[in-house]
Amino acid sequence: MKSMTTTLFVLLILTALTFGLRTALGDDDDDDARDWLRRESIGFAPPANPLYVEECGDCHMAYPPGLLPGASWKRIMSGLEDHFGDNAELDPAVQRKLTAYLIAHSAERSHLRRARAVMRSVGDSAPLRITETRWFRHEHDEIPARWVKGNDEVRRFSQCDACHRDAARGRFDEDNVVIPGHGRWDD
Amino acid sequence: MKTSFSIALLLLSLTAGTTSAGSTTAVDKLLQQYRNAGAGPFSAERGQRFWHDSVRTVDGRERRCTTCHTTDLRARGKHVRTGKAIAPMAPSMNPKRLQKAKKIEKWFRRNCKWTLGRPCTPQEKGDLLRYLESQ
Repeated sequence: MKSMTTTLFVLLILTALTFGLRTALGDDDDDDARDWLRRESIGFAPPANPLYVEECGDCHMAYPPGLLPGASWKRIMSGLEDHFGDNAELDPAVQRKLTAYLIAHSAERSHLRRARAVMRSVGDSAPLRITETRWFRHEHDEIPARWVKGNDEVRRFSQCDACHRDAARGRFDEDNVVIPGHGRWDD
Repeated sequence: MKTSFSIALLLLSLTAGTTSAGSTTAVDKLLQQYRNAGAGPFSAERGQRFWHDSVRTVDGRERRCTTCHTTDLRARGKHVRTGKAIAPMAPSMNPKRLQKAKKIEKWFRRNCKWTLGRPCTPQEKGDLLRYLESQ
């Protein structure tokens, strides 16, 4: 009996170590062990690339690459002189680096559940706007437009972090939604 | 005692040229580049006029530097579309400004094109830098 307890104990330690090591040493975004351990709390792997956050997070939140397919990122990155009405031009070497990064971490390359939902909703298309994907519209279909477009502290659905308080950590679940002027989201 | 004093003096003289208020290595580097392109001398006054007076109308809306940065360089600005806060331009309020040549050039490229519809000339950029560093 004692040896069985010891065996079970050792197995438990080994399992914990395995997951711990996998989490610590593995790919820092789409890690299945981490995903399993934290269940649904991570919606999209937050961008872990400091260059991306610096170059693409000045005017808006640095969007997690898993929110769009690679083809979309390619389109966006090849049209930066007119980036939704703004000029977001980059040094060519930086542009190449960031395009490669975005494609490498795009929705179809992610194991996370929601990224796969994004892919199902876009199919073969390469939308330019995250907010126009069927998946996004479905997730936000209960939000009155006036809470966003008519709200000076939010303005657009593309300003995720105006309401999703944990967006920088890739968490978009309802528990962390506070809509300016309207309080916590409670459905 | 004498040796350490000499070393201290040497170190002091090396650092003295780099951190006086308003004048940074990045700005000096860029101004020299602009001079090499035939521009100069540079004027903060001209830079100020350029910053505040340049305007272009697109789809019935005016675009100026002050559209996002406001008329007060010490104040926080706001991105005209996204509403995202923009840190003050004045180095006296925001010591991170004007520290990196690449960053300065990046924003000149983007914002001159968006605001004016064309790149700023080396003369204009030099004048602007003289103006901004004085704030």
